[in-house]
Amino acid sequence: MPLISRGFHGRGREGPADRIPPGQHLVDDFPVLSAGPTPHTTLEEWTFTIEGGAEPVRWTWDEFQALPREEVTVDIHCVTKWSKLDTVWEGVSIDTLLDHVDYDSDYLLAYSDGGYTTNLPLEHVTDGKAWVAYNYGGEPLEPEHGGPARLLVPHLYFWKSAKWVRGLRLRDEDDPGFWESNGYHILGDPWLEQRYWGD
Amino acid sequence: METSAMKLDGNAIGGLLLELFGVEMTTATGVCGSCGTADLVARLEVYVQAPGTVVRCAHCSAVLMRVVRSPDRTWLDLSGLRSIELPL
Amino acid sequence: MALATGVRWSFAGKDARRVNSEELLAQPRTLTAGEQRGPVAQAPFRQARLTWLVAEVTGKVDETPRVRTLTLDANGWAGHRPGQHLDVRLTAEDGYQAQRSYSIASAPDEQLAITVEKLADGEVSPWLVDDARDGDRFEVRGPIGGYFVWQDDGRPVFLVGGGSGVVPLMAMIRSSSGSARMRLLYSSRTLEDVIYRDELAEREGHGVEVFYTLTRAQPPGWTGYSKRIDTALLREVAWPAADRPHVFICGSTRFVDAAADGLVELGYEPESIRTERFGATG
Repeated sequence: MPLISRGFHGRGREGPADRIPPGQHLVDDFPVLSAGPTPHTTLEEWTFTIEGGAEPVRWTWDEFQALPREEVTVDIHCVTKWSKLDTVWEGVSIDTLLDHVDYDSDYLLAYSDGGYTTNLPLEHVTDGKAWVAYNYGGEPLEPEHGGPARLLVPHLYFWKSAKWVRGLRLRDEDDPGFWESNGYHILGDPWLEQRYWGD
Repeated sequence: METSAMKLDGNAIGGLLLELFGVEMTTATGVCGSCGTADLVARLEVYVQAPGTVVRCAHCSAVLMRVVRSPDRTWLDLSGLRSIELPL
Repeated sequence: MALATGVRWSFAGKDARRVNSEELLAQPRTLTAGEQRGPVAQAPFRQARLTWLVAEVTGKVDETPRVRTLTLDANGWAGHRPGQHLDVRLTAEDGYQAQRSYSIASAPDEQLAITVEKLADGEVSPWLVDDARDGDRFEVRGPIGGYFVWQDDGRPVFLVGGGSGVVPLMAMIRSSSGSARMRLLYSSRTLEDVIYRDELAEREGHGVEVFYTLTRAQPPGWTGYSKRIDTALLREVAWPAADRPHVFICGSTRFVDAAADGLVELGYEPESIRTERFGATG
């Protein structure tokens, strides 16, 4: 056991056990994590595409804004051990988006500006489990938190909620994305503490 | 937070690399597999506020290295580097 | 540590030498889910060369309202070169650990010391600056770094520091015998935030010239600079490029990039400029 330093403790605090997954602690701020430079895509350039179905389906920003939107309040859990409760987002449900696509795949790879990717089984983004979110806390999502829009999959570790998301590629295999191919768990269920390979 | 503040350089992972490679690495040279630029590790772009450490080419931002640490294992991906020249 | 000769380095992507490369590396092999296996039960194949040592606080100096220097007695410490840093690791009673890097402030022949700035929302720095008492112990490993290191070779030295970026530069100043020609350009928000002010005043005229710029507020009668570092300021303060000084720039990424770009504009060779960027989390 490494040396304990008198009086040192982490910043996180305990929270209601039924809402904080194992190994997590509660934070009140919203930490910014990033694996690279913040992309700055203008709304004029922005599109969202779903490929891998019978044919690609694409929305411009204005078209995306015209889709039925939902406001959701969810808890989020980062694999770096912080959890934040009751975060409020607004965006389009993945169910709504997939209604426009003729597909029969079981998996997807989400891809983002800047090259980030993350893989998900379709059963984990359907039936009200996932959104493409463009507002946070009632305001447009800031670039440092993934704006113009990010994936939101709150029941899994937050690395699955890809920032700066631009589309989904539907696939027949669960091909690991950026972090999943280098140590992080293929699924990432925080309640089963699926952080790393083999967990 | 100003996101440019999150972009550090290879000095920030001097300890990590010394632990992984067993030799001082900030004066090693990495060659980017994407654009071919040769650069001192100390001058590469490093992001440490993430689920893992990501090292990128300062010229084209391609990912050169990824390091993920769990309590009992470390994953290291160097596939973005064409080669490393060590001061050894 | 000598660098390989005959290779031109890039600076922030400028003047990069492109190596002939016929093809890109192959894409990483895609794994199937079943290949993500658990830990392999075997001993680690090599010991880490860098081990954690136990350091005990032997003294503290409050340099500014948010900055403190801690002198340390680290059992097994093998010494360091000016500019290097060490890693600090704190462990809480529940096993929670946090680790950060801090530049060594002391010269190699002085007692080991680090100077720490308390950062808002910091995890480690508030403990080091506010809580650590004489006799407290924590883990350190080091020294680390072979790039951002100064060795006197007779060439003049230009040190450019922003905020706590002055710390490794101070180790360099403290290491010089006074015979080295050194200039320090030090950017702080206010006079109150200037670290090592009294010592720098004493050292002025003994081999080091000090130039200050206070970017947020200046005291009445201030005759130093009062703007963020730019090419114009550097032109007035820096050694002429033809003198071929060693340059060390340390601070936030924005500070370092601005200062380095400014010097390159003044004709400095990028390879003569060494940079160290500090993060904003502590």
